[in-house]
Amino acid sequence: MTAVRNEPAFRDATADPEVVLEVTDLHVTFPTDSGDVTAVRGLSYDVRAGEVLGIVGESGSGKSVSSLAVMGLLPRNARISGSARYRGRELLGLDDRAASGIRGKEIAMVFQDPLSALTPVYTVGDQIAEALRIHSDIGKEAAARRSVELLDLVGIPNPKQRALAFPHEFSGGMRQRAMIAMAIANDPDLIIADEPTTALDVTIQAQILEVLKTAQQATGAAIVLITHDLGVVAGFADRLLVMYAGKAVETGSTEEVFYQGRMPYTLGLLGSIPRLDAGGRQPLTPVEGNPPSLASLPPGCPFVPRCPMAIDICSQTEPPLLRMPNSGDRHFSACHRSDEIERSNLTSTDIFPAVVAPESVAERTPREQRPTVLEVTDLVKHYPLTKGHVFRRRIGTVKAVDGISFDIREGETLGLVGESGCGKTTTLTELLRMARPQDGTVVVLGKDTATMSGRDRFAIRRDVQIVFQDPFASLDPRMPVGDILAEPLLTHGVPEAERRQEVRALLKLVGLAPEHADRYPHEFSGGQRQRIGIARALALKPRLVVLDEPVSALDVSIQAGVINLLERLKVELGLSYLFVAHDLSVVRHIADRVAVMYLGKIVESGPVDRVFDAPSHPYTQALLSAIPLPDPIKERQRRRIILEGDLPSPADPPSGCRFRTRCQLFAGLDEGRRQKCLEQHPPSLPQGDGDHLAACHYARVVDVL
Amino acid sequence: MLGFLLRRFANYLVLIVIATSFGYLLAASTLNPRAKYDTMQPRPPEASISQTLSNLNMNPADPKLDRLGRWAKGIVTGGDFGKTIDNKPINEEFGRRIWVSLRLLLIGTILGSVVGVAVGAYSAINQYRWSDHTITFLSFVVISIPVFVLAVALKQPAIGFNGLFGTDVLFIQGEYQAGGGGWSGAAILDRIQHLVVPTLSLALGLVAFYSRYQRATMLDVLGSDFLRTARAKGLRRRQALVKHGLRTALIPMMTFFSYQFVLMFVGAIFTEKIFGWHGMGEWFIDAIGKNDINSVGAVVFFSAILVLIAGMLADLAYAALDPRVRAN
Repeated sequence: MTAVRNEPAFRDATADPEVVLEVTDLHVTFPTDSGDVTAVRGLSYDVRAGEVLGIVGESGSGKSVSSLAVMGLLPRNARISGSARYRGRELLGLDDRAASGIRGKEIAMVFQDPLSALTPVYTVGDQIAEALRIHSDIGKEAAARRSVELLDLVGIPNPKQRALAFPHEFSGGMRQRAMIAMAIANDPDLIIADEPTTALDVTIQAQILEVLKTAQQATGAAIVLITHDLGVVAGFADRLLVMYAGKAVETGSTEEVFYQGRMPYTLGLLGSIPRLDAGGRQPLTPVEGNPPSLASLPPGCPFVPRCPMAIDICSQTEPPLLRMPNSGDRHFSACHRSDEIERSNLTSTDIFPAVVAPESVAERTPREQRPTVLEVTDLVKHYPLTKGHVFRRRIGTVKAVDGISFDIREGETLGLVGESGCGKTTTLTELLRMARPQDGTVVVLGKDTATMSGRDRFAIRRDVQIVFQDPFASLDPRMPVGDILAEPLLTHGVPEAERRQEVRALLKLVGLAPEHADRYPHEFSGGQRQRIGIARALALKPRLVVLDEPVSALDVSIQAGVINLLERLKVELGLSYLFVAHDLSVVRHIADRVAVMYLGKIVESGPVDRVFDAPSHPYTQALLSAIPLPDPIKERQRRRIILEGDLPSPADPPSGCRFRTRCQLFAGLDEGRRQKCLEQHPPSLPQGDGDHLAACHYARVVDVL
Repeated sequence: MLGFLLRRFANYLVLIVIATSFGYLLAASTLNPRAKYDTMQPRPPEASISQTLSNLNMNPADPKLDRLGRWAKGIVTGGDFGKTIDNKPINEEFGRRIWVSLRLLLIGTILGSVVGVAVGAYSAINQYRWSDHTITFLSFVVISIPVFVLAVALKQPAIGFNGLFGTDVLFIQGEYQAGGGGWSGAAILDRIQHLVVPTLSLALGLVAFYSRYQRATMLDVLGSDFLRTARAKGLRRRQALVKHGLRTALIPMMTFFSYQFVLMFVGAIFTEKIFGWHGMGEWFIDAIGKNDINSVGAVVFFSAILVLIAGMLADLAYAALDPRVRAN
């Protein structure tokens, strides 16, 4: 043992006036019908004035529960012990009156889902004014004036009018701005932000992180940023705390944790994120297995079942959080083998089995010589926008998909990316409908959907299958897994004996046991369910699989396993994928080609490495720039393109180029050159070589990574 | 907005005509006004019965549609609903009974709604505690007792209560004592003494009913993020629960309130019957018993209007409470 066995140095920080919040040995237990669940098991940390502490962990790690405990906002049946001191004053056990005096005034909170976090029946301005009036004698009018100022500070346009609007009249990003305005209203010393950007699109996420920075500058507050996204904390946090199974497993400066992680879980987590800035085939290290159930933890380190480095002692005693002697004096790690890891400077690929995606046979043939699996030309889908119930009348058209073209060759993965509302899902449903489109053509495996008969359509559905986003909603909870997998086979008339055999093979194929066929979906974790979803899609041996955000509902460590599985299956079964996602890092990792959508149009497309390394359309540049890299040094050096405002309504798209209202390039153009953007829709033109297209009048490459 | 209201009003008018016509025709085909005379001793001469019924526009010998036409004509031209089978003007009956029902039901309905909401919200906030269990148990006891049993059961303690004082404090029959009425101080006291027990019987049922629904809507809100936000701002538990929680949890209750409140006018049949108040509900039941087609038609007409008013009230209340449904 070379690690110094002492209590973390910040334990005796009580005397330090710089310490705003000091949490010591926090335990939170919820009594449930099936026994007690201890969600937080002895958590200690401190936050100093003006500092940003990132708390990172997967769902169920106790990161949100611990901060709600500090705020005194847990349900009354929660049993809390330990201590949480705000500037030396104990917060736990305060009565409602005393705690309410601190909440919102000294410690403010920003929540994850801005849609449900604002009361629907009061105006945004009133809700901010309320926060002010609770804690001071400020008059009604002064509070209203101040709330308009606050809305202005967080970047709401026309704050005076918008203050009178109700939450449902705000977009997601604007609501989160309003939440931040509310949080900083009383100039708090500490802001706890619980997954503040998780529910938002990347470009909006970048805006909100900027606003949080502004808010911090305006108030000088310390921030506790709770997130599962390591990219978000990389550029934002000064220090990190990694949580696993209700405990801190590693803490230190952001650089220490990212570059010198000493706990296998931290390393695994970092190794399982696909990198936006890594071209070619980057190996992902999935952390196999699932987080433990907190209802009955066995003795020892809770990470043992998932840890390739586990030795005997690991399942006997739980390792304490110890200082790493060779790095900074605030770097602590809870692992029996931390000093070994430090000595040999092990990385995630040393510890976890790294899987490099294999190359498929099809890929050896040049793209042009491979058969086309799906060809979409000028596809259009417009929805009528109607008003009234009794007398419906059309008041406009939602141009959800407005003339898009792309093709997928055999053995290829096309990533279709864009923000919510850009038309990705509409495109998918149009393709899977396999009927004559409103305009344009869809050719599936050489057959035009416009001329298909019902019989053709039934037959061709075997070859085109889909995997859905939400593994919880997409499996019938009342059907055993075996029946779920057998259903497509039954529909297409496969005899029973063969079906049973097929189901067993499918389960094995996706890494589950054949015995699992008798179980029900609720007995599986999210990652396992998504594997079942994939198995169902593969039951009919399709040639093209449509993947609709297949990993976005999964935790990071689980995500990597599913991505690796998809890559392996593609090669083994010679599949082609249409991969729809908003996560560009995942797309870079898995896709061969990418098409970027904005308001129903494809603005840029081409081979994935070309589009990501030499993005030519300003929207692609902004989108890539908005994604935080899980790399603190790189992240801090990047200059970020922050897009203005929200996605315009597809019912009333801007004239000419649809992106011009938010375009950073347009903003810098002179009047004469702007005219072209205002009047003409830019055609898709080749950039560099013929395979890379961008639809911008003034396309030029900008390096944003 | 005006156009919307006008369109809606036109819709309503059509619905009222249809509902009333169906109601009248149903009454005309099932009720037999002759029965009154057939059982008379001595039985009046046939011609005289026929003549009397024709005068009342209730002669089964006339085609039903003709009778409906005549009845409707009276309403449209002179606002005249015709005569009851006892040859009294229906309009007068209407004018009197509406107010009787209103006086009987207004306080009980308001009391039941307010207390029901309070009890339901309290129950939700204390979910699974003994107070919640007690409230739940008592509500189900009340809900499972038929209204007429509850009303009769309440009479007994009222009599006992009077026994304690040795004089009649609470009355359980009628609206006021014989020869009473009017609105002098003493008369008002007398009215209140008559009102307590029926109001209680009415309110109890409503409290039990509303508290169940309010508990459910409140529970939905209790777990909501915006309530947590309100507390994170620094609102105390109670303040947050009332200002942000209850206000939002009341929205889905509006439909119940409007319909229950308005339809009380014709729906409190048992309460009126048992406590001897001569209101609309009693009239409806008596009219059927007496084969009084015109009166039944009039009550159906009245109910149709009430249903539509309730619908409109519910919509208005919704829009007032919930900005999300306001038309823009």
